[in-house]
Amino acid sequence: MLKDVTLGQFFPGNTPIHRLDPRTKLLFVVAYITALFLAKWFVSYGVVLAFLLTVIALSRISPKVIARSVKPLLFIILLTAFLNLFYTPGEPILQVWIFRVSKEGIVSAVLMMLRITMLVVGTFMLTYTTSPIALTDGLESLLSPLKRLHFPVHELSMMMCIALRFIPTLIEETDKIMAAQKARGADFESGNLIRRAKALIPILVPLFITAFRRADELATAMEARCYHGGDGRTKMNVLRFHRCDGAAAVVGMALLTAVIVLRRFGL
Amino acid sequence: MTPIIEIQNLTHVYSPQTPFEHTALSDVSLTIDRGEFVGLIGHTGSGKSTLIQHMNGLLRPTSGHILFDGRDIWEDAAFTRQIRFRVGLVFQYPEAQLFEETVFRDIAFGPRNMGLSEDEIRTRVLRAAGFTGLDEAVLEKSPFELSGGQKRRAAIAGVIAMEPDVLILDEPTAGLDPSGRASILENIRSYQAAQHAAVIMVSHSMEEIATLADRLVVMNHGSVAMSGTPHAVFSRAQELAEMGLEVPCMTQVLLELRHLGVRVDPSAYTIEQAAERLLPLLKGGAAHA
Repeated sequence: MLKDVTLGQFFPGNTPIHRLDPRTKLLFVVAYITALFLAKWFVSYGVVLAFLLTVIALSRISPKVIARSVKPLLFIILLTAFLNLFYTPGEPILQVWIFRVSKEGIVSAVLMMLRITMLVVGTFMLTYTTSPIALTDGLESLLSPLKRLHFPVHELSMMMCIALRFIPTLIEETDKIMAAQKARGADFESGNLIRRAKALIPILVPLFITAFRRADELATAMEARCYHGGDGRTKMNVLRFHRCDGAAAVVGMALLTAVIVLRRFGL
Repeated sequence: MTPIIEIQNLTHVYSPQTPFEHTALSDVSLTIDRGEFVGLIGHTGSGKSTLIQHMNGLLRPTSGHILFDGRDIWEDAAFTRQIRFRVGLVFQYPEAQLFEETVFRDIAFGPRNMGLSEDEIRTRVLRAAGFTGLDEAVLEKSPFELSGGQKRRAAIAGVIAMEPDVLILDEPTAGLDPSGRASILENIRSYQAAQHAAVIMVSHSMEEIATLADRLVVMNHGSVAMSGTPHAVFSRAQELAEMGLEVPCMTQVLLELRHLGVRVDPSAYTIEQAAERLLPLLKGGAAHA
């Protein structure tokens, strides 16, 4: 069922990771991704991986959930590994027909797989431990310097917040419409690609219509409560940094520095 | 004669073996006869929607069987698909399923999926439009130009056009004005009479269901709590109240009267029936009761 998708889901909890300020977590993820892309050899990957595993352990998110979230991306991960395996130039150690596997190819395939998996799991850790509202709040606050340049920061974060909020609603709606069309004999499972694509029309049209209607109703409801954008708007929960945020910042910097230093040595 | 639908020991569990596991139906057995009008009542979450989605094969039983005309609907895939056409299911707020460019084409969606000829499709669409009181002029309009009531009719016509032997409706009158309600119920009645179809209707309006149904089935916590004529069911007002259900207004009035010491049979649910029971008491004193 569509309902079982965990992408971008939030798992409430009360661990040190959950309690971190969303801004810290966002910056942390940026540092983490930078470190991941700067990592050159297994030693650096090991450092980043050790760090990721610590975060997972601290957040008490079950490994099963994480495994399930990576599953839909398995194809992309394997495809990248495959391409790296065969298309990295270097000393060939195995040749089958036009496919040539080099030692460098194997190494880069493994590193690529590690990189993508860690990238995905790392960013999922952010959404798993941060509620959508906290996340958008954090983003708004981090982007607020852009307001000087007349960039609509508040509007953007509000849009994000609403989009995240409506994902489960739309999934539920899709399930309902699918059931109703199936009751009229719609068939989504057989036929070639074109037929299957055509079979989606009876789902997509009603889905878009309800989505637009919902958006309209939401806009009216917001206006009825005098929403007029970000100017002069105050927050009920003001974000504040705590001691653990400082600690997290130190760890993040340490991670980044470690990877940069290791890179110098080609590790 | 074999009943048109026979449900044997049906159990349904949602998301089994996950933290969200939930038993929606447990050991439900029920038969629906041809031409019968069954009212299905029960508070939210009592398993009504899960039950009706089993009757046309949208949900697969966790255990138990559903027989259509004596044959298990999950026997083979082709038969399961046939069942979708023989057992028409109208969901709650069915207007959400409209998608075609014209009302005609939307109503024709079901018959077209059945693989009927263009002529047959046309006849069926026109007949379904007739049953649901839609003008021919409306058929060429976009379904999104219609009023709320007309959209509902068009959506119901989309199911009726398959001319099912069993028509299941989940709160077909929800959100309509009183005159719209009455006329849609009238349409359903006329379809039932013309096709000798069985109708199963989920409703929260006790007045509505009491006057229409031959039999009431009361669901509670995923099983059938009562099944019988509206008379029999509403005479158990106390038990209904414990399940979070109300009895029709008139029954309530009679129950209050009984409470005050008037010896009257409280199982009446229309004003006429109540009058029939009360008048003799007023004329002849308590002798009648």
